[in-house]
Amino acid sequence: MAVLVNKQTRLIVQGITGHEGLFHTAQMLAYGTNVLAGVSPGKGGNWELGEKIPVFDSVKLAVEATGANASVIFVPARAAPDAIFEAAEAGIALVVCITEGIPVLEMLRVSSYLQNKNTRLIGPNSPGIISPGIAKVGIIPGHITTRGSVGVISRSGTLTYEVLYALKQSLTGVSTCVGIGGDPIIGSSYIDLLPLFEEDPETEKVVLIGEIGGSDEERAAEYISNKMTKPVVAFIAGRTSPPGKRMGHAGAIIEGGAGSAEGKIQTLESAGVKVARHPEEVAKLII
Amino acid sequence: MKLHEYQAKHIFSRFGIPVPKGKIANTAAEAKQIASELGGSVVIKAQVLVGGRGLAGGVRLAKNENDAEQLAATILGMEIKGLPVHRVLVDEAASIRSELYLGITIDRSLRMPVFIASSTGGVNIEEVAQTAPQKIIKVPIDPLLGMRDFQARELAAGIDLPQNQWRTFSEIAHNLWNIYVSNDATLVEINPLVLTKENSLIALDGKITIDDNALPLHPDLAELRDLDAEAPEEIEARKYGLTYIKLDGNIGCLVNGAGLAMATMDIIKLQGGEPANFLDIGGGASAERVAEALHIILADKQVKAILINIFGGITRCDEVARGMLTALKKIKPRLPIIIRLVGTNAEEGMQLLANSHLTTAESLLDAADKAVAASREGNNGRPGK
Repeated sequence: MAVLVNKQTRLIVQGITGHEGLFHTAQMLAYGTNVLAGVSPGKGGNWELGEKIPVFDSVKLAVEATGANASVIFVPARAAPDAIFEAAEAGIALVVCITEGIPVLEMLRVSSYLQNKNTRLIGPNSPGIISPGIAKVGIIPGHITTRGSVGVISRSGTLTYEVLYALKQSLTGVSTCVGIGGDPIIGSSYIDLLPLFEEDPETEKVVLIGEIGGSDEERAAEYISNKMTKPVVAFIAGRTSPPGKRMGHAGAIIEGGAGSAEGKIQTLESAGVKVARHPEEVAKLII
Repeated sequence: MKLHEYQAKHIFSRFGIPVPKGKIANTAAEAKQIASELGGSVVIKAQVLVGGRGLAGGVRLAKNENDAEQLAATILGMEIKGLPVHRVLVDEAASIRSELYLGITIDRSLRMPVFIASSTGGVNIEEVAQTAPQKIIKVPIDPLLGMRDFQARELAAGIDLPQNQWRTFSEIAHNLWNIYVSNDATLVEINPLVLTKENSLIALDGKITIDDNALPLHPDLAELRDLDAEAPEEIEARKYGLTYIKLDGNIGCLVNGAGLAMATMDIIKLQGGEPANFLDIGGGASAERVAEALHIILADKQVKAILINIFGGITRCDEVARGMLTALKKIKPRLPIIIRLVGTNAEEGMQLLANSHLTTAESLLDAADKAVAASREGNNGRPGK
């Protein structure tokens, strides 16, 4: 089954002709993802990756030609909001935005606009989604995780890989891992995705990887306490982060006394979530 | 990026929000000159990018121009929370009837910009939110619709503003919204918004924070950045596209990825050590970036040991190891360095490092333990094992 990304995923790549876009398209294809086309305005009619992947001028044309239902965005920050709007207007159901550095006001507009659309946005500033052994959308390395029954939701990139790798080392497989992105305004948060894992018959347990900033982890705790039947293990990064500083991720900042790691850990623990003290401990607590 | 009060007020004024007459002074003599131009009593305000200026004595009322000169001289010699005062704003003093608060920030949970108003201004709004939440009204704004009149009235009514002030208040709120949108701000704040004895509304103090991600779209604003407010190493790191934040500990950290960098700092603390910094070198971990990062860490003389934690995803660990060796050959750090490579080709990478003077570690926990031990040995100047 898997969550969000599976064998039925028919993917297009927005920004396929860029360095990152092309490299990761090849990686996704090699992993078995059904990549049907790319979009690069002004380069329609070309082919990429040894004549395997057709390039279209617009998402609309790509969807008409291929029946795509998912898109991954690799375009630069300046053009990324436009790429999200374009994908939603073309009726794409799942949009995964890898791009980092989109101005927050643009994301607020995107977020408001998407409320009335049937498009689910993951990201921006996301490493993407992987359903191990089935397909991956984005940049999560394929070989660091294996198929299994643990769902993973994370705001981070390499920290997520660290946890996936620790799980693999302890022979724990993953149903789907979703990187929701490190920006302050993201398309889907924990509470938007936890229900999918709760419903997914293949997922037995869930790992939640959070960090300082905002209150998404606190809202997740409330959902977990009220609605989740499956056990959840969490790790929260940033216990030693000073307040008022943006820790690499645009969204990772303790502001006005809110968003601290301690607060999140306490709230999660009172919701019955086991919170690991360091990333490798996640693999122990999940067993 | 935070703007100074005088920069914020300049923008307020440009967008039609009334501010007191005033000018910026770099010297006490200039302050005197401005005070004499303004006539009457003036307020001398230190321009530093930290809160609590008033309590620190950085905001003073001067009765006349000589008083202004003296107070400016005092304030210009001050350091407030470690920041030297290079400039003071000399503002005409206002006759205050009541102090209000009006601001726009982002509600991350709602994923919307939100207007905040309060009948209690001139104090920290976060404290008001804690102690007297009933005195605060919040109105979310749909960024696709923008600010509407009824929302401005909702704010005005919510803070019990006299009805005869609603129209003026609404104009100020609309102008503030325009500032927020036109400048890609993440925070705009008038605190206090003063109702004067003459029955006018005026922005006595203001804050604007610009979204760093939007600065490329606003080169004029980017020029306003005050480098005094930032640690020199952080400025240096930014030149190389690295994110570095200095802390007080003695174990330097070099990590790829922000979340992992935070987790690495945390585990050092968990194992009884103190991280010296946050440093995210980004995904790639090339030799050049590692070298630049090491330069920045080594500039911190408190650092007694360095922990390098790299997850090789797309980047292979053997490549990272080669880059690391090249960088170390160039820099020759004389501190114990503990390195952990994990992920793609980690074994090959670790083998390459086995013959170097670096201490390798199997797990993150192991790496943290070794780094903490090395930092305690205090073998500064000798290579580690």
